[in-house]
Formats: sequence, C-alpha cells, structure tokens
Amino acid sequence: MSDLTALPVTALQAALASGETSAVEVTRAHLDRIAAEDGDLGAYLHVDADAALQRAGEIDASGTAGTGLAGIPVALKDVFVTEGVPTTSGSRILEGWRPPYSATVASRLHDAGTVLLGKTNMDEFAMGSSTENSAYKVTRNPWDRDRIPGGSSGGSSAAVAGRLAPFALGTDTGGSIRQPAAVTGLVGHKPTYGSVSRYGLIAFSSSLDQAGPMARTVMDAALLHEAIGGHDPRDSTSIDAPVPTVVEAARRGAGGDLSGLRVGVVRELGGEGARDGYDPGVLERFTEAVALLEAAGAEVREVSCPAFDLALPAYYLIAPSEASSNLARFEGMRFGIRVGDDGSRDIDEVMALTREQGFGPEVKRRIILGTYALSAGYYDAYYGQAQKVRTLINRDFLAAFDDVDVLVSPTSPTVAWPIGARVDDPLAMYAADLCTLPASLAGVPAISVPCGLSEGLPVGLQVMAPALSDDRCYRVAAAVEAAQGAPLADRLAERAA
Amino acid sequence: MSETLVDLDDVLTRYEPVIGLETHVELGTESKMFCGCSTTFGAEPNTQTCPVCLGLPGSLPVANAAAIESTIRIGLALGCRIAAWSRFARKNYFYPDIPKGFQTSQYDEPLCTAGHLDVEVDGQTYRVEIERVHLEEDTGKNLHVGGATGRIHGADHSLVDFNRAGIPLVEIVTRPVPGTGAKAPEVARAYVTELREIIQTLGASDVRMEQGSLRCDVNTSLAPVGSLEWGTRTETKNVNSLRSVERAVRYEMRRQAAVLDAGGRVVQETRHFHEDTGSTSPGRSKEEATDYRYFPEPDLVPLAPDAEWVEKLAADLPELPAARRTRLQQEWGLSGTEMTWLVNAGALGLVEQTVAAGASPAEARKWWLGELARRANDAGVELADLAVTPAQVAELTALVAEGTINDKLARQALDGVLAGEGDPRAVVAARGLAVMGESDELVAAVDAAIAGAPDVVEKVRGGKVQALGALVGAVMKTTRGQADAATVRRMLEERVLSS
Repeated sequence: MSDLTALPVTALQAALASGETSAVEVTRAHLDRIAAEDGDLGAYLHVDADAALQRAGEIDASGTAGTGLAGIPVALKDVFVTEGVPTTSGSRILEGWRPPYSATVASRLHDAGTVLLGKTNMDEFAMGSSTENSAYKVTRNPWDRDRIPGGSSGGSSAAVAGRLAPFALGTDTGGSIRQPAAVTGLVGHKPTYGSVSRYGLIAFSSSLDQAGPMARTVMDAALLHEAIGGHDPRDSTSIDAPVPTVVEAARRGAGGDLSGLRVGVVRELGGEGARDGYDPGVLERFTEAVALLEAAGAEVREVSCPAFDLALPAYYLIAPSEASSNLARFEGMRFGIRVGDDGSRDIDEVMALTREQGFGPEVKRRIILGTYALSAGYYDAYYGQAQKVRTLINRDFLAAFDDVDVLVSPTSPTVAWPIGARVDDPLAMYAADLCTLPASLAGVPAISVPCGLSEGLPVGLQVMAPALSDDRCYRVAAAVEAAQGAPLADRLAERAA
Repeated sequence: MSETLVDLDDVLTRYEPVIGLETHVELGTESKMFCGCSTTFGAEPNTQTCPVCLGLPGSLPVANAAAIESTIRIGLALGCRIAAWSRFARKNYFYPDIPKGFQTSQYDEPLCTAGHLDVEVDGQTYRVEIERVHLEEDTGKNLHVGGATGRIHGADHSLVDFNRAGIPLVEIVTRPVPGTGAKAPEVARAYVTELREIIQTLGASDVRMEQGSLRCDVNTSLAPVGSLEWGTRTETKNVNSLRSVERAVRYEMRRQAAVLDAGGRVVQETRHFHEDTGSTSPGRSKEEATDYRYFPEPDLVPLAPDAEWVEKLAADLPELPAARRTRLQQEWGLSGTEMTWLVNAGALGLVEQTVAAGASPAEARKWWLGELARRANDAGVELADLAVTPAQVAELTALVAEGTINDKLARQALDGVLAGEGDPRAVVAARGLAVMGESDELVAAVDAAIAGAPDVVEKVRGGKVQALGALVGAVMKTTRGQADAATVRRMLEERVLSS
C-alpha cells in the first residue's frame, strides 16, 4: 500500500471497503505523520492518539469501514465544541475547558463513523487571517514553512495540505475557510448561511459564521459537506431544506463540460475595476482560470457589483459588534480560566481581570470596536449603516444572478505572506479578506479551488453562487480541478518526495 | 434611614403625582424560553439547566412557541396591537446571574403595543395606557453566603442558581399615568391587582408575587400643581406584594415632596423597597446607568405572527375579569358598592362557584361575607384557604332552605366541615343536628316553659305580645337550639293566646 496520508478520501474509502487497509492503519498513518511533522508545522492544538486508535478499532470491529465516511480520519478546527475533548477556540480564556456536549456537526461526523484525529489551531475566536492570533502557537504553511497558512482556519489548512489529516472542518465568517484553503492549495467551501448547523460552533459573528469543509480535492470536500449539512432544530437560523447535491455536482463538474453555464467576472474583485493590492501573479492565474472556464464551454462576461467596495468597512463593523456581545459570556464564572478570585476583589474586578488576561490583543481590539459601534448615539451611524450596506451587497448579488449563474474572483488578493509580516498592521491583515467578504455578508455559498502557483505558492479561484445553489460552486470547482490535470495538492507531495 | 417625609394630604396641596408601572410575569410554560429545561419552582439549584440556559460556548437559543402565544394573548387581553413583525434583541451587560453576558429581550420591535387597562378605585374609573408587552428571559438567582443580611455586602462568597435563568418573562410597561391625585397609590395597586387577575384568567402564569412569578417596578414622580411638565421619576424595585405597591407609591410621594419642599431636586435613580419599614432607599442612579447596546438577536429569526392565528387567539380568549364582574353584578342584582365589597374580600370566585353549586346568590354572599369571613379572619387566613369548598357551602344553604337545620345548627355543621368531618349532610347526621319537628319532646318543652313563667304568660295575654320572646328563648334553651324557632313561636301562640 502506498502512503495512506497521500490518498484522497475517495481512494481511502475504496481501500477500506476492499479490506486493503483498515481504519486503524489509516489512523495510525496520520498519527505517525502528526508525530513527525506537527512539532514544526503546529497544525494541531490537541491530539489524542489513543482515543483515535481506539475509535478506529471500533469502526474496524463494526465492519462498517469504507461505507460512507466510516473509518476516515478527520480534524476539527478548535472552534467546534467536542464533548470531553478540550476546546479552546484558540483562546487562553478557555484553557482547560472540556465541554459537556458536542456541536451538531461534530456529532454528525461521529455518527458517520469518522475518526477524530484532533483539534486544529486557529486565530483566537476565529479573528484573523494568518493564525498568528492563536494564544497557543504559530502554524506554518506546508508550502513554505516561513509563511502563514492563512486564517482563521489555518490549523485545518496546514493539517490537510501537510497530509496530517485527509480533510478537516473549518469555519468561515469573512473568508476563514476560503482564504486559508487558497494559500495552502486546498479546496475550501463556505456553504449557504443557514445550511450547516452552527449549534456548538463557538460564535464569533452569529449572522456570518458558517462551518464548511477543507480538503485536497473537490470531491473530498463535497463528501464532507454532505455529511455535516442539513437542517438542525437546535439552530433557529438553520434552513429547513435538503442538502444541495454537492457530491453529484462534483462528479458532474469533473467531466469538464460547462457548456451553457454563464460566468460573471466581478469587476470590483480582480476584474477591470479592481483596486491596488492584488499580486500580479494572482491576477495572472485568475485570468488563466477564467480562460479555462471559457474553454470548458462557459459563457464569460464581466459583472459590476459596486457595493462590494463597501464590504470591508461594513464587515468590520458588523462582525466586531456581534463579537462584542458573543464574547461577553467569557467572564470566568462558569468555564475556562478565572483570574484574581483571591477574596480581595469584587466581582467586576474578577471579570475584568479574567478578560484582560484571557483575551489576546486582536480579540480586545474587536470587542472595543464592536462595543463602540453598538453604543447609544453611535448605533445608527455604524451598526445600522453597515446593515444597510449589507442590503446593498445582497441586491448586487441578486441583480448579478439575474444575468449569470456564478460569479468568480480571486479568493485572496495575495499569496501566503511571511510569518510576522502583517502582525503590526491590522488593516493590511484585514485586506486579505477583500474578495471573500461580499459572499459572507450576503450569506451566499462560495468555494475556493486551486488555480495554480505564483512564486511557487498556491493561488485560489473563488466561485460564488446564489443561496442554496452550493452545487454550482462544486460543479465549477470540479471542472477547474479537472482542467488542471491533477489536484494542486499533489504537487506539494511530489515536491517533498 | 430617617428620611424627612411630608404628610400625604399635604403633598397633594402642592404636587401632582404621575405613576408608571413595569410588571414582570414569569409564564407558566412547561419549558424555558430558549431551551427544553423544566420551569418547576423550587428544584435543587442548577438541576434544571443545559448548555443553552447556562450560556455555554457554542449553544444557541430556540424560541418557545407556547411563550410567544401566551404573550400575544396577554397583549390581546390588554387591547394591544399585535405586531406583524417582531424581533428579539440582546440587552448587553455583565452580571454573574446572566449566563450569556446579555439578556435576550425585545427592544424597539416588541410583540404587543398600545393597549390599555381600566381600573376602578372608589367608584371612579382610571384608564392606564399600556405602552408595550414584550417577551424576554429571566435571569438566574444570586445567593450571597456568609453575610448577616443575605445581601452582597458583608458576604463571604456568592453562589448562582441558574434554574430560573431562561424562564420566559413577559414585561408589561404602562405609559405614565397622570391625574390620579390622592388616589395614585390605590390606582397603582388596583392596576396590578387587575392585571394579575387577567393573567390568572388567561392561565398564562400562576402570578404569585411571593414566589416572584409576578414582580413590579413602580415609577413615581411629582410635579408642582398646575405645572405642564412632569417631574423627575424614581423607579422603585423589589416591590413584592399588592400592599407594597401602594405603600411604595405613597412613600415616594411623601419623600419626594420633602426633597422638593427643601428646594432640592429628585434624583433619577432606581430605589429599593423595604418590606419591613415600608420605605425606599437609593440604588443605581441614572448617571452610572449602563448603556445596554441593544441590537437585534442574530441567533433568532424574526417573529411574524400570522394575522389569522392572532384573530383566532383573540376570539378564543376567556371572559375577562371586568366583563365577568359586570355580568355577575347584573345577574345577582347587586349595587356597585356591594360588588366592590365582594371583590375586595376576595370572595367573587367563591360566591360564583357556590351559586353554581346551587345556592342562591344572596345566601352564598351572606355566608362568604359573614360567617366564613369571620372564621377566616379569626384564623388569619384568606377566604380561599378555609377548609370548606363552595359546594359544601351550597349544601349548607340547601339544608337550611329545606328546613333540616336552622342557621344556628348550620354554624355547628360548618364546625364539623372545617374540622374535616365530611360534607355538611354527613356532619348533620353524625352530630344529630337536625331540627326537631312537633314532637312530644317539643310539646313537653313548650308546656314546661308556659308552666314555668306564669308572669310572662300574664303579660302576653295582657297585650304585650313581644314578651313571648322570653318563652321562645326558654324552649330553644331546653332543646339546645335544635328546635325551629318559628315552630316554637307558633306553638306558644296557640297555647297562650287561644286559651
């Protein structure tokens, strides 16, 4: 058997089903690689090898390995609550917390028979684009270990790109699945808002957060998406609709024929009207990807979405506002750390000290920003105004989808930057989300699929579709993947070999 | 604590009060507002909790449909407009008893607005305008351990019980009520009384003030007589009985008048009511008030009650207390004053049930306002807490009406009922309380009375017929009250006057 960590999930399924390998072997292969590589890569915050092997043994014993996702290892971003398994959301304030319950998506993956390898590193409370805001460790990009793996789901992207997991779950609030996927050469999909349960996902910005898959191939991502998607009565914002048939769409797209598909290049995002800040190499790969779509039969036109230019300021008012409220529960009373409770201080001081020492600088920055934006007298000018911008962005999408089936743009304006390069410049950090924010604010699905290298580093193509048409994202992404011959991730493996 | 106070009569020569009330009602739903936990009162601390009502990271709320329905029914009973579109909002502030760091409440898009409630005090009707009725969740409860007072000052440590956290809470807010003058304290009390009765009639809550399922904040302000502007108000919290509502308004009127008389200004603040002294003391002032940073709750979808459903809820409302009182007053032919007595005595429902069990309205009223009121008073309990049912009272009146017992025997039968000896008819049988017929025993007693008092017989025969009463009394005494007085009188008359 070849290296099990190099196989896509589809190949692992076949190998498990045929009895060529076992869940224990697959799990051990990944655990070995974690042991060998993760000291340097820093993808994981928590790995319980014994628990993973035991679980894999149970799956083998049950005889279900290879049916669906049974026996396939998976990694979860540490933002997902997992019963009895440490969950920190990348924050010091939750150090030592073992949740008494599991997120719906974690339960669904467990019920599907997957084997939990561990919890992956992330920017604290999912706030960041480089994973450098983790309270625990730096995560490195497997393509260039001096560079960031993107963020906030950078632990998941590094784990999957580095073959320390076959696939992983991330969450995306303003681009936190798509951007790390793009800069590590992975496929990452942010589903339609409300189509994947948020129950047990530690909230950053409730109206934007979505869980989604990160994988080395479009089909692997689709398999993970189908396993976690669908209505959840515990989440009031969950849509009661069938999961889009993304696996079927990925299969169909892999055929490479996009005849009749109308594709819109967003003028404001990497199109003619794009502003400064895009790497020339990123724009070149993007142009080539658009040419691939045309070659596959798609009909390409430019579409203007003027309100997209306002997405960044609107996002950086809405997300911090909701975060300032969502993070209020972290005050040391019921879970996580408590600071200063020595009998000499009153309750307000204990809560303040706990938050002072428990939160990192970026989290504090956003709490202050959001608290200010929601304050009496400022609400209308900031939060209220940002919500209006959100409506405008929605209208731009609706108008665009009257004319085209999908919209495309680069996923990230740049390739992965060197670790430390932007830590002192929050605005430069925020600009990394430029292309991903509109879909977040409108709640529409968007996928990032690799479309080549620039300076030896991966570039991603973003495909956006109307709400609940996630299948279109997968179809186009699969066609792009097929047109390039092989998944980009394979080239990293070849390079290492 | 020795605050200067002005006599109430004196207050009203110079000032006009304006009152306002915010009432919180815990709904009697099976489960909490946003999770499936039980709402039963009095369970072991923190046994009725889950990730949602503990505010654990990642948990999400799901709104309780029964609570929404109850809120709309309360709004309808108060004549409110029911919003076609309504949203929950987050009220952000830090306190250990709110698990999420915010309370899920409603802000500028409440479920019900613009209603009213008419209340009557001393024959006069006052209209209390309702500004809004909205739905929110209750907080947990702090328990301060080690101090003398149970308050946070001086305590060693504090514990939090989250059983109450997340119980659905309806807040009913009045508009400011001017023009009540000297009656302001009574109007405030009458409003809460009437509101409580409405909610009870709707079955939406058990509205027990002593258990905190109905809680009141009372706003009071004074303005100089004739002034066009209202004064600065205070908000008195922790007012936990109907009587306290009245006392709190009265105290604040007297206190504020003293402040104003001395040339001072009333501070806008929350004040705490003290049950023992009937006084209020300052709490948080407006100057240090929190900015709650309200914004629409993104974890819940907006509420859009279907108009047809709301119409059906309105049509299905039970008869409300005011309508019921009007109907019963007419049916029973009572004056307004008589009706007020009945209501104030807490006897309306009991009388209604007694009548329903077959008693005449007059007899039922006579029993509940007379003998039974006296017994309740002696025992120091509410009428409703007496160990006698309306059906048993109706049976007593039936036994009297059919002549089996007289009033005096009926009181003895009641003794038996209250002592747990069974229904009146059984007590009468067991204790041998039935009225004597014209038996040999009675004839003998009558003859003995006549024989024993020749002077009285002489007087009666001489025209002083009223002297016959002494003979009746003597017979009743020998028969231990078991004879029927009218029968006795007739027998005496036959013997004394006809011979």
